[in-house]
Amino acid sequence: MIEPRSEDELAAMLRAGDGPLVPRGGDTRAAVAGRARLSTAGLTGITLYEPGALTLVARAGTPMAEIDRALADEGQRLAFEPPSMAAVLGRDGVSTIGGVVATNASGPRRMVAGACRDSLIGVRLVDGTGMIVSNGGRVMKNVTGYDLVKLMAGSRGMLGVLTEVSFKTLPCPETALTLRASGLSPERAVAAMSAALGTPFEVTGAAHDPALGATWLRLEGFEASVAARADRLAAALSGWGAWDRDADAELWPRLRDAADFVGGAGDLWRISVRPSRAAGVAARLPGRWRMDWGGGLIWAETPRGHDLRADLPGLEGHATLVRASPATHDRLGTLHPEPAPVGALTAGLKSRFDPRGLFRAAA
Amino acid sequence: MEMPDPDARVISAKADIVRRLSAVVGKDALIHAPEELRAYECDALTAYRCPPLAVVLPSTTEEVSAVMAICHAARVPVVPRGAGTSLAGGSLPTADSVVIGVARMTEVLETSHDDRLIRVQTGRTNLSVTGAVEEDGFFYAPDPSSQLACAIAGNIAMNSGGAHCLKYGVTTNNLLGVTLVQMDGTVVELGGGHMDAAGLDLLGLVCGSEGQLGLVTEATLRILPKPEGARPVLIGFDSLEVAGACVADIIRAGVLPVAIEFMDRPCIRATDAFSGAGYPDCEALLIVEVEGAEAEIDQQLELICAIARRHDPVELRQSGSPEESARIWLGRKSAFGAMGQMADYICLDGTIPVSELPRVLRGTAELAESYGLKVANVFHAGDGNMHPLILYDANRPGDLAKAEDLGADILRLCVEAGGCLTGEHGVGIEKRDLMTAQFTGDDLEAQMRVKDVFDPDWLLNPAKVFPLAASASRRALAAE
Repeated sequence: MIEPRSEDELAAMLRAGDGPLVPRGGDTRAAVAGRARLSTAGLTGITLYEPGALTLVARAGTPMAEIDRALADEGQRLAFEPPSMAAVLGRDGVSTIGGVVATNASGPRRMVAGACRDSLIGVRLVDGTGMIVSNGGRVMKNVTGYDLVKLMAGSRGMLGVLTEVSFKTLPCPETALTLRASGLSPERAVAAMSAALGTPFEVTGAAHDPALGATWLRLEGFEASVAARADRLAAALSGWGAWDRDADAELWPRLRDAADFVGGAGDLWRISVRPSRAAGVAARLPGRWRMDWGGGLIWAETPRGHDLRADLPGLEGHATLVRASPATHDRLGTLHPEPAPVGALTAGLKSRFDPRGLFRAAA
Repeated sequence: MEMPDPDARVISAKADIVRRLSAVVGKDALIHAPEELRAYECDALTAYRCPPLAVVLPSTTEEVSAVMAICHAARVPVVPRGAGTSLAGGSLPTADSVVIGVARMTEVLETSHDDRLIRVQTGRTNLSVTGAVEEDGFFYAPDPSSQLACAIAGNIAMNSGGAHCLKYGVTTNNLLGVTLVQMDGTVVELGGGHMDAAGLDLLGLVCGSEGQLGLVTEATLRILPKPEGARPVLIGFDSLEVAGACVADIIRAGVLPVAIEFMDRPCIRATDAFSGAGYPDCEALLIVEVEGAEAEIDQQLELICAIARRHDPVELRQSGSPEESARIWLGRKSAFGAMGQMADYICLDGTIPVSELPRVLRGTAELAESYGLKVANVFHAGDGNMHPLILYDANRPGDLAKAEDLGADILRLCVEAGGCLTGEHGVGIEKRDLMTAQFTGDDLEAQMRVKDVFDPDWLLNPAKVFPLAASASRRALAAE
């Protein structure tokens, strides 16, 4: 295992390296564990945190726990609600901020607050030629040059090794409140969630679990405002039944981390889809499933080795294989296949940023 | 402004190129007479002009694709054009280029309230996107100040912002998908009604690439439910530092205003004289606007006013009615008009960390004095996006060059303070040669590799974004 202590050391190693050099943070999110050949564990520390400017900069190997602690001390957070995948994937590593960025990991608030890539305002990386690249910066409005920040978010170690990442942070709300309706069919649940997200009441979570017969909506903000909005939201959605307050404080963290699928026997998939198509997709799923993002995200469990994508021809969206055996990942592909012209661009970028193929099999 | 030498081979082949283009789009969508081409010789950066070889105004993605394939085969540079409102020269033609304008592509292709999206042809103006959904209680959030005129195509090319992006983000945060036509005519769909990419985020890469990676003909945009109401408060201070500190305290307190606008004394005086808004004569003025239901607005404004009072303001004026709100915004909204009446001006848009506001404002004033020019500041303080207006006299020989030099120095100051050259206008040709102040050679190399992949012949929107010296070897290689 290569474990550089600095960006310069990493650059020298990559210039000299002959691969494969699969980069990893804490190995808590990769499709297949144990393939790491290059660790960012030596690149740690928050390098800048200005709460008044809503800006945090950290080295890529910084543990998420350290980031969360620093933010909590100032009453702030990352808006995209980064999930922890360790439990559902059965990993025991230390999740890092670089791993969050490399997988563009985003939780329930993603549908309104944006994904990790939307809060990410700067990156530093070393590419496959050993070149150190900086893009974006520490300001939240920046259109200077091409946006390689977005390119790196979710690039899963294909193009280079992240060394430092910058975020826009947000203040934590005073309080949060969850409304719950029972017994809605998938179609009616999606319709209710769409209606809720079309109100001006600023819903920041919308999930549906058919197994529990529950549909949840989350409101956040100042205490009095949240209470008032909850009453008006429940009234506006009375056509879908009664909306009761759900006091379960761990609900959204559980939904975020897919905790309901921990220890499941089957493979786990994450399907990104247009909300209005979600119920139709759900009807074709061969196992247990749950919706998030107002229907825009479906977590689905399938029998082991089952090709879920074959069940969903013409899907407007994509299905990512989250948890499966290494053999299934290799056979079906972790990521949804891209149409040929998109695949050509991806391959072109890969060949430019990693011409020697150092980062093979990095997903 | 140095531009590459036009390709004489292309210019001499004009008749043949025009003939081939007319076979695809028809005569009424093709402009090639010299006197008519003058209308396309520049965008809103009017100091630089060059009529193109021809202009094509297609109606469909298929036509755009066919035109680009012809240009690609004949090695003719293509300059994409939205509404021509770029302040950075983002659609300045070269003499050997074909301008492809999307002005005739204004259709709404789909609206879905359930999916909270709208799909449009990209010639549609920013404001008319909101116009298509506002009856149903929705709006499109990015609101550049040119929103009445500017096209979605240009918004995507420049990743445009606006006054309300502190809460809603900029174009890239509100863009779900595009139809992109590559230089060789290949049509690529990126994103769509769903969220996030299956693989690499090429949508995020295309947004803000200044029309150099492809021409975006259709776009899926996120629409949001309109807030119930909005109300501003006006706060005046006798020191720039204190106003800056007040901005930081408001942000830290957990209120997220939709806008925090900042004006300095030169700007306050000029706009007040012009608009009669009744602003106090002070060093710095903040306009802070919050949204929501009535009760929510009250609560947020109360908190903001409490914070402001701790900083000893010389004026604290809460709006109690739509008329008072309009009056508070009146001066700010007429700032550019007021300045335009006083003098010619260059509008910069460097961004800095909010904590650096006082230092950069002081530095800007010192630089202006050393050049013997006046600078007024009006900007989005919540996100640090500065808009120094450098006043000069276009009729005085040498004044424009002096103003441009001062502008470059101010932008270098922004970069040195931890910021960037441009927050929402784009690089274009205007800031092209300053890129080396912000980026290392390797940083630029990484960006140019992206260009190599999408447009290997370097034909799309030439001479923008990258310093000519940095791209010289690539352009020479492509020309062989």
